[in-house]
Amino acid sequence: MTPALELASVYKAFGNTSIIRGVNLTIEPGTRQALIGPNGAGKSTLFNLITGKYPVNSGTIRLKGEDVTGLTPYDINRRGLSRSFQVTNIFPRMTVFENIRCGVLWALGYRYSFWHRADAAHDATARTEQVLEQLNLTARRAMPAGVLSYAEQRALEIGITIAGGADVILLDEPTAGMSHSETEHVVQLIREVTQGKTLLMVEHDMSVVFNLADRIAVLVYGEVIAHDTPERIRADARVQEAYLGVPQGVA
Amino acid sequence: MTQLIVFSILNGLVFGMLLFMLSSGLTLIFGMMGVLNFAHASFYMLGAYVAYTLGLRIGFWPALILAPLLVGLLGALIERHGLRRVHRFGHVAELIFTFGVAILIEEIVQLVWGRPAKSYQVPPSLDFPLFHLFGSAFPAYKAFMLVVAVAIFVFIFLILTRTRAGLIIQASLTHPGMVAMLGHNVPRVFMIVFGIGCGLAAVAGVIAGPVLGTFPGMALVLGSVVFVVVVVGGLGSLSGAFVASLLIGIVQTFAVALNISVGNVLMGLGVPAGASAALHDVWKVTVAQVAPILPYLLLVLVLMVRPTGLFGTRES
Amino acid sequence: MSAPAPAAARPLAVADVARVGVLRRYGVWLAAAGALIVLPWIVRTGAAVPIMNQMGIAIVFALSFNMLLGQGGMLSFGHAVYFGLGGFIAAHALNLAGRGGLYLPVPLLPIVGGLGGLAFAALFGTFSTSRAGTVFSMVSLAVAELMAASSLIFDRFFGGEEGITTNRAKAPLLLGLEFTRDRQVYYLIAFWVFVAAVAMYAFSRTPVGRMANAVRDNPERAEFVGYSQRRVRYISFCAAGLFAGVAGGLFALNYEILTAENMGLNASGAVLLMTYIGGIGAFVGPVFGAIIFTFLQSMLSDYTGMWLLYVGILFLATVLWAPVGLAGIMMLHAPAWRAGRIGRLVAPYAVVGALGLVAAAGIIGLLEMIHVVIAADTPSGLKRMFWTTVNVRAVTSWLVFLALAAAGAAGLRWAGPRAATALGEANRPGASR
Repeated sequence: MTPALELASVYKAFGNTSIIRGVNLTIEPGTRQALIGPNGAGKSTLFNLITGKYPVNSGTIRLKGEDVTGLTPYDINRRGLSRSFQVTNIFPRMTVFENIRCGVLWALGYRYSFWHRADAAHDATARTEQVLEQLNLTARRAMPAGVLSYAEQRALEIGITIAGGADVILLDEPTAGMSHSETEHVVQLIREVTQGKTLLMVEHDMSVVFNLADRIAVLVYGEVIAHDTPERIRADARVQEAYLGVPQGVA
Repeated sequence: MTQLIVFSILNGLVFGMLLFMLSSGLTLIFGMMGVLNFAHASFYMLGAYVAYTLGLRIGFWPALILAPLLVGLLGALIERHGLRRVHRFGHVAELIFTFGVAILIEEIVQLVWGRPAKSYQVPPSLDFPLFHLFGSAFPAYKAFMLVVAVAIFVFIFLILTRTRAGLIIQASLTHPGMVAMLGHNVPRVFMIVFGIGCGLAAVAGVIAGPVLGTFPGMALVLGSVVFVVVVVGGLGSLSGAFVASLLIGIVQTFAVALNISVGNVLMGLGVPAGASAALHDVWKVTVAQVAPILPYLLLVLVLMVRPTGLFGTRES
Repeated sequence: MSAPAPAAARPLAVADVARVGVLRRYGVWLAAAGALIVLPWIVRTGAAVPIMNQMGIAIVFALSFNMLLGQGGMLSFGHAVYFGLGGFIAAHALNLAGRGGLYLPVPLLPIVGGLGGLAFAALFGTFSTSRAGTVFSMVSLAVAELMAASSLIFDRFFGGEEGITTNRAKAPLLLGLEFTRDRQVYYLIAFWVFVAAVAMYAFSRTPVGRMANAVRDNPERAEFVGYSQRRVRYISFCAAGLFAGVAGGLFALNYEILTAENMGLNASGAVLLMTYIGGIGAFVGPVFGAIIFTFLQSMLSDYTGMWLLYVGILFLATVLWAPVGLAGIMMLHAPAWRAGRIGRLVAPYAVVGALGLVAAAGIIGLLEMIHVVIAADTPSGLKRMFWTTVNVRAVTSWLVFLALAAAGAAGLRWAGPRAATALGEANRPGASR
């Protein structure tokens, strides 16, 4: 089966500092996987490389078998890969409804149309309502996204990411800064929306990781030192050595 | 011919250094605060007018010191009570605010000093030819302008790299949050830098006023060129501003001196004479007439080829 | 998490709401059209119609400018380039029609202007829109300067110092419609203002119009949902240029002359001023701004040579204290209006208004007196102001205006916060009537 995501010998340096030093990673389709590692390991940088925000110095990145190395973020997104951000990245002056709808428009084929009335696009509206329901944000649909609470904005962030129906989803620390109950809700949400899709998420909260992930990849100093099931990762000596003292969940 | 070249280079250097005096203040403000001060050339104009009025009472030299101080103080006040309030709305809002300030300063100058140009003269102590070359005189005042401009460049460079205050300024450039954590009053640093930037613009006005003319439109004339300089040089780069200033200063001075037609230049570049009919109006105009638009053509060219400017690293 | 309603029921619910909303949605437009039609009958002063024509042109221009600023987050200092170029092309086309070389009746002129504006926006947009923010603004300034200088070189197109003149009367007729009287021109302009406004509003509700807002708010995120920010900005830029050209075409048919001034920095600055004062956050904001600005420009310039100073002060005041503009301030009162509690605000606002007028009178008086002293062209030292004659030489005049300004300012410091509290109270959900 073609891997959903395949990284081969990816290198990235900023100036003289090498951040990613030869990452090889294969993500099978339909699996939920987590990317963990100590701070500074390069997890967000890896996401940025995969999604086209930064160019790689060398190596290839394949999405569903197709080489996407060096493509622009929007080209990669159009091929079915969508990501969320660690620092909430929404459209603050637009309503919650519009935020989600923005994530839907290209996927439904509207492109740069100026001959359709967006409000009359029933498929976009229906899909947006559906996502809003899943996020439990229907009551907030007319509010400007900027006035939402932190947890609601994080949920909206995920919503924008999955609304377009991308089949490979990258989530960057989706539960960052959340309380215990908020985290539980988000985990449930993630489980729902990634049904049948491929998920790769960066997480620090180990309970979330062990709850959701089928496989875990461990990134240390820009290299993947282990990629296995949660039980085997827990028992892996190298991981324990690199990860000694990792906190249980975010305070 | 050599006379033309030598004097064009000399005058171009003077004009280029003047542009640098203006663009250095603008670059400092942009590099630090991320805001492009649309009113920068207005402070240049104020410098000329204030120095003119003061000079009538206390003489050129005391005015040379006092006028930039006053204008710099005004700039700091505007930052403190106006710009700082708008800061949180983003760069577009800041640009709109400084645009409003520019309009206001222009109208107030017209109100207080009237519309006709002022006869702001070169001081008698500097009003003599410095040397003669190929039969033409090079005025001492222009050499004075050059000296002041170079002195300012050295001054900024030393302050930024050798003093503690300069280090704090450099640090605030990229990590204002961290600098604030270390106990420095970052808003006050911003206010001081803004004031210094405006003061620098005022110095340029004080010494350029007698040469380029002191009239209410002087801000607009030079302002656009200065913005071109900072964008071409790369937003936030002092060395870029330096190179771009000299480049534009020399190129434009050369162009103004050339009385040949654009058509002749194009033919010299290999364009066939038959094109003269199609490019009728452009063909017969002289290079000197085209000179004012050369900086803007350069801007468009640079942006197409190297969007971050010659030395630019910072995304605006 | 609540159980979602069955998927089949949802589209029907949406459609129901849509049906009910039709009248509410289009009602505003119908009312606006009605107002435009009856306006010349309500305002019967002879001098009013030319001013209304001027307002109409300014409305289209300002709305097109807001496609860039309010909708797209792009601040242009050279938008008048497309206004002027559209106007010049329209003028040349009308002249060609007058000589019999082209069938172009006057009513179709704005289309020609629009196409002209679109063509140049498409051309200059290729390098203008690659960067957003400050660089975009500086490039727009450079393009404006470029065109200003070019106007001196391309004599035949720009007509040199005198500009290009044209004549409505020489053009072929459409359906026998003539445009020799001001009121006939008014209805033509009003028609095109309505059509242009509807078109620009419709554009903002299309997918690319929605994504223009998204690119304004967060260009990076827009790319990660599949849209190229450069392409979205380029399309917005072309659309804005098109409608600026329409405004230019209206200008050509109204004034029958175009000069390089119409393309220049002053015109570009004026449209920024009026749009911002009106409010960039609401579609109708630029309409308010255009009306107010045109009104001030035509009325004030009769009384004082410093009207631009006053507009500048108004502009800076808006930037500092009311950045949402007039339309934004009106929208702030929406909750109170819906709850029927606007009545409560009449008293506090009247106080603020009165104090504001006092302060303004003082400041205007002082500025005007300074102007008289410096211009020194009134030997008697007497100036007619506020329906009385003021002696600039008398110290009392200065003291009076100073006192007015100081008292007004002090009063505002007291009354302002109280009015703001009253607004907060009136807006508060669930408060008693």
